[in-house]
Amino acid sequence: MLEVENIHTYYDDSYILQGVDLKVDSGEIVCLLGRNGAGKSTTIKSIMGYNHPRQGHIHFMGKDISRQSVYKNVRMGLGYVPEDRRIFSELTVQENFEIAFHSAAEVRWPIDHLFEMFPLLDKFRHRKGGELSGGEQQMVAIARALACQPKMLLLDEPCEGLAPVIVEQLSEIIVGLKSHFPILLAEQNAHFALEIADRGYVIDKGLIRFSGTAQQLRDNDEIKKRYLSV
Amino acid sequence: MALRAHLNIAGPAVLVLVLMIAPLLVPTYWVMILSEILILGLMAVSFNLLLGYSGLLSFGQGAFFGIGAYSAALMLQAGYTNLFLILLVGMLLALIIAAVVGFFSVKLDEIFFAMITLGFGMLLFSIAHNWRDVTRGSDGLPVFVLPTLNFFGAEVSFYSPIHMYYLVFSVVLVAIVLLWLIVHSPFGLVLRATRENKQRVSFVGGKVNLLRIVAFTISGTFTGLAGVLFCLFNSMATPEFMHWSFSAKPVIMSIIGGTGVFLGPLFGAAIFFFLEQIIIRFTENWMLFLGVVLVLIVIYFPQGVLGTLKSKLLKGEPK
Repeated sequence: MLEVENIHTYYDDSYILQGVDLKVDSGEIVCLLGRNGAGKSTTIKSIMGYNHPRQGHIHFMGKDISRQSVYKNVRMGLGYVPEDRRIFSELTVQENFEIAFHSAAEVRWPIDHLFEMFPLLDKFRHRKGGELSGGEQQMVAIARALACQPKMLLLDEPCEGLAPVIVEQLSEIIVGLKSHFPILLAEQNAHFALEIADRGYVIDKGLIRFSGTAQQLRDNDEIKKRYLSV
Repeated sequence: MALRAHLNIAGPAVLVLVLMIAPLLVPTYWVMILSEILILGLMAVSFNLLLGYSGLLSFGQGAFFGIGAYSAALMLQAGYTNLFLILLVGMLLALIIAAVVGFFSVKLDEIFFAMITLGFGMLLFSIAHNWRDVTRGSDGLPVFVLPTLNFFGAEVSFYSPIHMYYLVFSVVLVAIVLLWLIVHSPFGLVLRATRENKQRVSFVGGKVNLLRIVAFTISGTFTGLAGVLFCLFNSMATPEFMHWSFSAKPVIMSIIGGTGVFLGPLFGAAIFFFLEQIIIRFTENWMLFLGVVLVLIVIYFPQGVLGTLKSKLLKGEPK
């Protein structure tokens, strides 16, 4: 479904990703683990087209999207939940969904369906995004990505700064989405990520240091100590 | 029904009613002031599609106003007197030029956008000012024959200020309703989202530059229409309309009235002209007082007069 081959990405002059490879197949949740500044977000942003790699290739559903702009990637079916819950705080919850563009002929996630999925948000339909709590905003961010009718979902640190109870709810939601499309999850919280992921990659200083099944990662204490500060 | 719903329906209805009967009640001089308020108000409301709804401060709006005005003056000089044709051609020319200027301007934000639009404005001003063969330079292009309108069999001329007022009122009303529909369409919603954060709009599949070009073009087109009306009202097109100081007028009006309310800029235009009329009775230095008023409004009414009034009235109201 998604294949990242040896990408090298820079922020201005700083060399961030120094040859990252990863792969997500249909039907799986794959996590990308690493410490702060390891290159997780940069990898996600490179895939989304927000920060194009200078070298290497990214293929999505058989098409080279390495140099494609963000809005085209979204229209192709890459759903994106950015870090820090970047929703539109001046728009109401419903408006946040209404602006989502989709070219899908078949609408699998109509707006009413989204409110059924997130009953909590139904109460706040006409409230401004900025007036919601962190966990509610994260749900808006996920639901908004679904409103774009994605074929795959990229989540960037979804549980950062959220209470454990909310994280629990989020993991249920994410696992529930797995039956619809594959998910790539960038996460610092290894406990959370490895509980719901099938496979994982560990990134550090812009390079993939380890990859394996979630089980292998859970059992590997050395990796955890060295790269994940668990 | 909630107060908000009442205000949203009753407010505009009362306004339209007042504007319809006003010319029958006030002296001719004030009928002309009202026409001017409506024309500049239309310019300010279309300008606010950029500032209020897209977060873009255009400093070259006068250029499109001037294009509308010159297009009308040139057509009338060439003997074209069909009112609708004059209105349409003025809008069309403004549309084309706004699309070109917009194409280059929207790639940047904030101060850079303001500077690019200012630059284009000055460029077009210089053309109007220096291309004397066509525009007669700083003398301006006078209009001697006004278009007429066949109104249910009767020939209506616009030399009478009251007829002119009703022409201006009707055109501005239609234009404002169209702008309202645009602002409240899905396009308007995405536009508001770009104001908040353009990056996030691309995260949901929005093509930000295209959205902005469309907004800029719509804004320029309606500003061009205001320019056509002003040329008919004023019987003259002058390069002054395209000068950057003229482009500052819709900025000032929008800020006085409130950029966050659809009709705020129209209110701002009314306050602008009323203040001018009142102050000018006492002193010639009306700009001095305008400056003071502007400073006070920005400090004490950061949402503009109408914006602040509305939020005070609706405090605690459900949305």
